[in-house]
Amino acid sequence: MTTTSPFRRAMRITAIAGALSLTLAACSGGSDDASSTPSDAGSSAAAGDLSGKLTVWAWEPTLKQVVTDFEAAHPDVTIDLVNAGTGNDQYTALQNAIAAGSGVPDVAQVEYYALPQFAIANSLTDLAPLGASDLDGTFTPGPWSSVKQGDGIYGLPMDSGPMALFYNKELFDKHKIEVPKTWDQYLEAARALHKADPKAYIANDTGDAGFTTSMIWQAGGKPYTVDGTNVGINFTDEGSTKFATLWQKLIDEKLLAPISSWSDEWYQGLGSGGIATLTIGAWMPANLESGVPDGSGKWAVAPMPQWTEGGTASSENGGSSLAIPAATTNAKLAYEFIKYADAGEGVQTRIDGGAFPATTAELNSDAFKSKEFPYFGGQKVNEVLAESAANVVEGWQYLPFQVYSNSIFNDTVGKAYVSGTTLTDGLAAWQKASIDYGNEQGFTVK
Amino acid sequence: MTEVAAAPVVPATTTRTLRRSRPSWVGWGFIGPFMIVFALVFLAPIAYSIYLSLFRKQLVGGNSFVGLENFTTALTDPKFWESFERVALFLVVQVPIMLGIALLVALALDSGRLYGRNFFRISIFLPYAVPAVVATLMWGFMYGTRFGLIGNINDAFGTSLPNPLSPDLVLASIGNIVTWEFVGYNMLIFYSALRVVPATLYEAAEIDGAGQWRVIRAIKLPAIRGALVIATIFSIIGSFQLFNEPSILKSLAPNAITTYFTPNLYAYSLSFSGQQYNYSATVAIIMGLITMVIAYVVQLRGMRKEA
Repeated sequence: MTTTSPFRRAMRITAIAGALSLTLAACSGGSDDASSTPSDAGSSAAAGDLSGKLTVWAWEPTLKQVVTDFEAAHPDVTIDLVNAGTGNDQYTALQNAIAAGSGVPDVAQVEYYALPQFAIANSLTDLAPLGASDLDGTFTPGPWSSVKQGDGIYGLPMDSGPMALFYNKELFDKHKIEVPKTWDQYLEAARALHKADPKAYIANDTGDAGFTTSMIWQAGGKPYTVDGTNVGINFTDEGSTKFATLWQKLIDEKLLAPISSWSDEWYQGLGSGGIATLTIGAWMPANLESGVPDGSGKWAVAPMPQWTEGGTASSENGGSSLAIPAATTNAKLAYEFIKYADAGEGVQTRIDGGAFPATTAELNSDAFKSKEFPYFGGQKVNEVLAESAANVVEGWQYLPFQVYSNSIFNDTVGKAYVSGTTLTDGLAAWQKASIDYGNEQGFTVK
Repeated sequence: MTEVAAAPVVPATTTRTLRRSRPSWVGWGFIGPFMIVFALVFLAPIAYSIYLSLFRKQLVGGNSFVGLENFTTALTDPKFWESFERVALFLVVQVPIMLGIALLVALALDSGRLYGRNFFRISIFLPYAVPAVVATLMWGFMYGTRFGLIGNINDAFGTSLPNPLSPDLVLASIGNIVTWEFVGYNMLIFYSALRVVPATLYEAAEIDGAGQWRVIRAIKLPAIRGALVIATIFSIIGSFQLFNEPSILKSLAPNAITTYFTPNLYAYSLSFSGQQYNYSATVAIIMGLITMVIAYVVQLRGMRKEA
């Protein structure tokens, strides 16, 4: 009765069991989603005259109305619209479904930068034989070239994000600073603004892969060259250097607010005047209206600042397509749906819902261009944005493993924002890490 | 009590000869359901992980058997070792601090000299009841230099405290969160171990004229050595499996917390952004083995001292 050994013994056994179970549980982590058999079911079933059931994975809010309208027009069609996550979350789910060979949707929303990754793995249906090759000229050049890989067309452009300079006009007027037309003026404005109000910054940035690549795109850089499985990555070309030099100055002089986009602080900063400009895609107006109600009447839109005075160059930032996974058994019906949504009546429905289209006809229509935005003080915002869409620099390519590459952006380039590393060094590290990954994955990367 | 407990034992011993004559499957019947679930949810995933680790699936080129190549890659992977060194440093610094505080609190509670002991005990334990995700988010907001607590302090006192989420400080900030979360849990382990020390020992010590410190060193600490070993092992495992806190703080400090900040985060990134399931499984297996070995060594040392 005076000894405590039974207690100790029990504890000891518990400890061993605990240690074993916990450590072994670690072994199984992160491996449950792989499968060794890639499904490659061809698109075979004949759809007849539009009947059947489709599952659509998309997070784009305006698609809901499109689905309702399509179902009304074709009573024998049932569409299940599923929000399987935004961006990367959805790609992870899609990748897992494709690897597992079950639960793959018939249609999936895929952003332009992610499309090559799915196309190269043969996970998507080539839409050219289904009729997409006839759609040449329907879409603006930027998005249209983004969905083409070699001879194949792997998605129909749903929306686009030609870049523009969104700026807090009230703030610029208050400090009597001119809205920059070139990037040199942008730097001057950044200095002047921060001097006038130490709590105000020209922009926020904590390292964003999509923004950086879009900026290099506009500067005329072509860091990625993709030809099948032969890939080149080079961040030392002129365009990349131009961007890195300018942005390094903004970082060094602490002219960028260290606030991550889409964070609470970011929305607050946009409303309160802490963040003066956003160089961002044309899908931003709807986000400003809903996310920054305080900014109503304060914000305006101008063309993207230029690298050469009098230039008109712009680039795409974001935007997505609707694609048809190769595993679907109903490719014909799926194609009818995405054609309706992206190049048919669905386009106007989505514009009415606030989306920015990728089709030339709508972008050039007067009704679209002359729409006045009360949030932007009555400015005809779409005029600026449509102009930008027409001036996107051609020839840009994304990597066939851009999703992964973007995920390690902050490991490498991000260092430039928080330590003595320069952007150029960061880009070089990013380049090397991406090359290593590409070669590991069986590409020939230089 | 002892009488009642002993009663059923008697018939069991008398029928032992009868049972020994034929093989009995009754025992298997009892542990069968457990074994099936154990095999399905525990052994099968481990076996599958090991199987996965022997292959490499590429975006171009498909799946191929590579033997132990993934293991040799992992063992020479600077990212893996960087993440390992980070959690090792975390272990060496954070675990002693956390267990030290927990022990101090447990001894204070056990001393019986504390007013409001129950309130004190529950409030120390309370953070453990807060889910790690919520705790991390909460601390993440407090760490904010603009709108967070740090920002408020800087504004109110005109100080310029360093950003807790900068690359140099982020590991310490995570250590602070983990300590806050788990001091109460470890305190409870120590405290319950202290409660079962027989009062006769204290009486004897008092008769011998031992002071409080003498009692702690000669009676209390030796008595809870088993609990100390267990808490240490749990903490070692916890440190090596660090994931929640850095994973959540990553959205607040994307440049300070890399995708290979801890071994588990590395395995996660490999799997979910790189589709390198095979390599991810390899990293997980190596980490599991290392954890097991270290936990076992601590276990052996703890037992030897006890003997």
